[in-house]
Amino acid sequence: MAVLAEAQAEPQKVDLREPPSWRRTKNRLMTVLMVLAFVIAIVPLGFVLATVIAKGASVISWSFLTSSIPPNVLPANVGGMGPAIAGTLVITALATVIAVPLGILGAVYINEYGGKGILARVVRFMSDVMTGVPSIIMGLFIFTLWTLHFQYSGLGGALALACLMLPIVIRSSEEMLKLVPDSLRQGAYALGASKARVTMTVTLPSALGGIVSGALLAVARAAGETAPLLFTIGIVTSVNWNPFSSANTSLPSQIFLNATQPYDGAQARGWGAALTLVVIAFIFMIAARLVTARFARYQR
Amino acid sequence: MSTAVEADPAIPAGSASPLGQRRPLGDRAFAILALAAGLLVLVILVLIAITTSQQAASWFSAEGLSIFSNNWNQAANQFGVLAFMYGTAITAVIAVIISVPVSIGIALLLTEVVPRRWGQPIVYVVDLLAVVPSVVWGLWGILVFAPWVQHIYSSIASGLTGIPVLSTFFGGQNISGASFFTAGLILSFMITPIVTSLSREVIATTPSIDKQGAYALGATRWEMIRGVVWPHSQGGVVGAVLLGLGRAMGETIAAALVIGSSPTITSHLFAPGYDMPAGIANLFGESSGVFRASLLGMGVLLFVFTIVINIIARGVVERSARRARGA
Repeated sequence: MAVLAEAQAEPQKVDLREPPSWRRTKNRLMTVLMVLAFVIAIVPLGFVLATVIAKGASVISWSFLTSSIPPNVLPANVGGMGPAIAGTLVITALATVIAVPLGILGAVYINEYGGKGILARVVRFMSDVMTGVPSIIMGLFIFTLWTLHFQYSGLGGALALACLMLPIVIRSSEEMLKLVPDSLRQGAYALGASKARVTMTVTLPSALGGIVSGALLAVARAAGETAPLLFTIGIVTSVNWNPFSSANTSLPSQIFLNATQPYDGAQARGWGAALTLVVIAFIFMIAARLVTARFARYQR
Repeated sequence: MSTAVEADPAIPAGSASPLGQRRPLGDRAFAILALAAGLLVLVILVLIAITTSQQAASWFSAEGLSIFSNNWNQAANQFGVLAFMYGTAITAVIAVIISVPVSIGIALLLTEVVPRRWGQPIVYVVDLLAVVPSVVWGLWGILVFAPWVQHIYSSIASGLTGIPVLSTFFGGQNISGASFFTAGLILSFMITPIVTSLSREVIATTPSIDKQGAYALGATRWEMIRGVVWPHSQGGVVGAVLLGLGRAMGETIAAALVIGSSPTITSHLFAPGYDMPAGIANLFGESSGVFRASLLGMGVLLFVFTIVINIIARGVVERSARRARGA
């Protein structure tokens, strides 16, 4: 009653907000659950990164990054992961050299030549499907096609990684080519340029930022892959900078091996390798973001 | 090739000048090169199927239909892969059940709740889950997570003894930190970014005018999501979930380290098991003859399963995207 009298006395102070109801509570609850979903997702990420940094940082030193891989029984302060780092760099670089030009060309086909034709649609669809093919299948594929005939080598690993990267590069480059306005192409055609020339000098350069960024993300993904390398590169304990002959090794392969070792030293080297690998993957991802940001500014 | 060029919308009709008739050699070479690169995808997919099946042929002919039996005995040269298929299905399903609500929650948070300038950092953070390599998840899983979670499994199992349904799944004697459930859990972290980003893409296509309409009728945000966003994006989200399932099925190294490496079929999720990619990765090095052929055959089966799931999923996503554009 008192509330009512007050409301009559000062009608302009009436609370017009809807009273708390089950509907509003439910809305709040659901919003909280959505935030909770995000928290649930980042908790394991936080744990993994914290563990990798804590356990890896105590192992990493200049000699860890350059020394050859010692027998597993030796303690953590002996030897390092030099051959694995060299292998990862060489194999990933070679895979990039193989996959990126082919991927960009494939995207050029889909977007510039195939158009709305059935073949281009099939190629685009199958590239999507191929991104979902498990990486271990790429390893088995190159094992049967290459390693069985030519022995273990960094090149075999690079071929397997390239199979993995190819559809990713195709799809990301194609998305970028799609964004190039048609008026640019038509302007170049009007000047009498041939289609190859238009593509090489007008279309591709204007999509370059996005293409580079997509390629860098593909590299980040490939650098961390273990499964394609398991059956294709073999294993070595000393540096092999030549991907074309004899067996090689890589950071992911070494982490996989060391994870199942009972020795503290081997596990510690595993953590060191994990931190190195995470840093390499993050560098490529951050580079991709920087290129994207720069490109976006340039576009504006 | 020439038909595709003529059909190209980028060339206006007027450019079919005399010059267009004799295209320079370099121009044609470039077109052929691009076509070859495009066809490479199809060639690789076909070659994968052919070369791996060839290498696996001795397994198919030695075992016949018993390749699908639950009889894996390396010593006796018996290679039935049912236990591996069971493990693949069970871990992928666990991963999807855990990951999907989380992913859809994050996708809705990004599209409907937070302002855009907060959205980008959230996307970056969620994508980091995918940047952490599979093998690093595995290393953490086997050396840190599995020993820790084993105690929790034990107490859950002892707490549930005697309760009918729950103890079938979460009970049992053979409790291990490296188990179906641990593998499923770690796979769920790994597939969350892809399910999130695909769901987000679908949810973001909900027409703004429909959403405003729901608000104008007095709906709360959740009622708007239930009434407008969900019916609109249901199909696409199903596709995203299927793609996540395919990823979880094929994810190798993390599972190989934490699944427990024991080819058994059991309803107890806290027991060690095996799945197909993990089996291939762990056993390939020591294999030869029919054993190796059986692992390659497992690869063929995995390839077929993931291809089928991906084709269905992409089909569903594309159809719902087309419908969204048409609406």
